[in-house]
Amino acid sequence: MPTDRSRRAAIAGYTEWAPQRRWPERMFMLEAFQRITREACDDAGLDPAEIDGVLSTGIPESPMFGPAAIVEYLGITANFAEVVDLGGASPVGMIWRAVAAIEAGACDACICLASTIPQPSSGTGGAWNPSRSYLGADAWGSPHGQFDLPYGLNNPNSHFALVAQRYMHEFGVPPEALAKVAVDQRTNALSNPKAVFRQPITIEDVLNSPLIVDPLHQLEIVMPCFGASAVLVTTLERARQLKRRPVVLSGFGEHVTHKSTTYAPTLVQSPIKAAADRAFRMAGVDRDAIDMASMYDCYTVTVLLTIEGSGFCGPGEGGRFVQEHDLTFRGDWPLNTHGGQLSMGQAGIAGGMSHVIDALEQLQGRAGERQLQGCERAYVTGTGGFMSEQAALILEGA
Amino acid sequence: MAEDLPPKPLPRPTPVTKAFWDAAREHRFILPRRGDGSYFWYPRALTPGALDDDWAWAPATGRGVVYSYTIDRRGSALAFSGDVPYVIAIIELEEGPHFTTNVVGCPVDDVRVGMPVEAVFDDVDATTTLVKFRPRA
Repeated sequence: MPTDRSRRAAIAGYTEWAPQRRWPERMFMLEAFQRITREACDDAGLDPAEIDGVLSTGIPESPMFGPAAIVEYLGITANFAEVVDLGGASPVGMIWRAVAAIEAGACDACICLASTIPQPSSGTGGAWNPSRSYLGADAWGSPHGQFDLPYGLNNPNSHFALVAQRYMHEFGVPPEALAKVAVDQRTNALSNPKAVFRQPITIEDVLNSPLIVDPLHQLEIVMPCFGASAVLVTTLERARQLKRRPVVLSGFGEHVTHKSTTYAPTLVQSPIKAAADRAFRMAGVDRDAIDMASMYDCYTVTVLLTIEGSGFCGPGEGGRFVQEHDLTFRGDWPLNTHGGQLSMGQAGIAGGMSHVIDALEQLQGRAGERQLQGCERAYVTGTGGFMSEQAALILEGA
Repeated sequence: MAEDLPPKPLPRPTPVTKAFWDAAREHRFILPRRGDGSYFWYPRALTPGALDDDWAWAPATGRGVVYSYTIDRRGSALAFSGDVPYVIAIIELEEGPHFTTNVVGCPVDDVRVGMPVEAVFDDVDATTTLVKFRPRA
């Protein structure tokens, strides 16, 4: 049965800076947060003074007390302010937390912030760069610092390659099936002015691109970019008075199973299964009620495991599923209509938000030539760590 | 080029894990074993899940099969880019747990999922020995 919720929340607006491989203007995260908060408020038609909730990932300018630093810098006061630490799943995790906070009565308007922009240089090499310390895995006392890093298992490429190798071995999934994901998403990107990659590619192009970490080829791996985005959540009642079509969250789920791939309970079924089952149960709808999906796609294999785990096909059937369906916005099973991060570019943490915004564009009728007809219900996923923490959203136009 | 690379990360043993690294230094492979005879990896203060202290170090066979692997061909791990191509593998140990390592002692393209392997001890410096794996007959 759908959860009974008398006070409903709704997404009222968003902003998204197009990903770029080189960012023209350095800025601190706090500065980017001010600008994107202003833009998201303008998009919705909401006065920034109404914001009383803030969600973000950790910020370099204030590694401790980050939420308070953001509130202070924005010049607001908040009834709900938190850091979400789910890697690439953080933006999807922010959306349901914002909705839950509003529906629980903790706050009335919550801004969800994601930014990865180069910082101004300090001239003394003080820039904050967690990737230099293997995403923090080499901290004193970290099990992974002792048992993964000394063997070179210290970066997402290698972790996801281990997932892909076992998955393809266990189910006999051919490389062409993984490549199909990259090809269809590139077709979508050709019609997205915000996408970094705008040249068509074929399955042969993907399989002929260099092997980076077997079995993953270069065109199956996201390009790191810079960018920022914000999504504004408020009450459905307030959203109805604003400029955009309100979008409600009818179901959500989140599941965390491990940190390092070494200790994954299995490499052939990802945590999205528990998250998706919870989300669909909460929404009270079947899988075939979904009009479009936007699935976190740091690598091609991520999409196949997410399709399977989300219940759109059975275990091991993801390869056949993507080969039997046209995943483009003109196709029978539109997926990542923005091109996915594989073709749009992965704007750091904002890459995870791009899937939320892909769904919002479709549900609010703002997708331009990629617009789907009659799109009322979207399924969105986020993936963090190394297929180790995932979250699912079911969004509906209201 | 290699001299410009950052140093490879090496294990920094903790009070709980020191016994494992000391054994490796002596070319012995040991694992934490629960009171019921089952093994877990990695070592923790208390057993994972049950959160009790019913565990002790026990000798292990050092045998297993490759559960999954990748070949780093381009130096995705910067500190290791002087070693490419090299194999990162998750070994399914005979005792049950998964153990991440490098597979050495054969051409990288010979490694397969399911390949039987055994532990070898790599004395990387004066104080540290890493447990790696090689094919076994």
